[in-house]
Amino acid sequence: MALDRRVGFFEGLKYKGGGPMLAWILHRISGLGMIVFISLHVVASFFTQEMGSDWAISINIVYESVIFQLFIVFSVLYHGINGIRIIILDLWPRMLRYQKEMTWLQWLVVIPIYGLTIYIMIQRMITGE
Amino acid sequence: MQTRKVPHPGWNLEYLMFLFTRLSGLAFFLLAVIGMAAALIMGARYQMDLGTLMRWTFFPNPNHVLDSNIPDVTFGWANGFWQIMQFLAIFFGGTHGLNGLRVVLEDYIKRPFWQIVIRLLIFVLWVFMILVAVFVVLAS
Repeated sequence: MALDRRVGFFEGLKYKGGGPMLAWILHRISGLGMIVFISLHVVASFFTQEMGSDWAISINIVYESVIFQLFIVFSVLYHGINGIRIIILDLWPRMLRYQKEMTWLQWLVVIPIYGLTIYIMIQRMITGE
Repeated sequence: MQTRKVPHPGWNLEYLMFLFTRLSGLAFFLLAVIGMAAALIMGARYQMDLGTLMRWTFFPNPNHVLDSNIPDVTFGWANGFWQIMQFLAIFFGGTHGLNGLRVVLEDYIKRPFWQIVIRLLIFVLWVFMILVAVFVVLAS
């Protein structure tokens, strides 16, 4: 909510929200990251397909780079799984009592899937498949 | 202290978008599961690499997987069912995303004037996106 806060950026970082606050920030960042990725992808595909322009191909190089791909995989996975947690909490508000445990459980789900994915991606990148 | 006007509880935009965000999130899981399962059943396990499978899963358009070495994409895939699925994917994904952008931006914008400007801009973007989506889906 757009309250009139007079809190600086670094002071805001000191706020001890813990795991759920980290989840909120990451949900926001990953959502915005997906918007950036999909917008770039749509714009670049459109201009490549319709006009075959060079600058659209250079946008392709940006979002097909490995770092961007690793970020996007994390965004999709984290946003999706965090979204499931939010839906569960909204449908059964009694679960709010176990919100910390659910946040931990969520990391236990995200880390193995993401780790396996980036392991395969980095392996493919190194062997150059 | 200047605060944002909070609407009364009821069937207003905030509540509708709250519901829509949850429902479209679930719907996106459903679309992804159906798309991936169908691609695997229709031969993805022999013909597709992981990237192509992802492209097929999140936007099941024949043109989207053209530059992979799949023999014939149109076989079994270029029909009305997948066109509806594509349109739903764009509609749910785009509306969810643009609404999320609106929520994030309105958290950091204090003045009502700029809030209205942002809402209008995002609405225009949304309409434009839907039109482009209809064009892309029907033209391919």
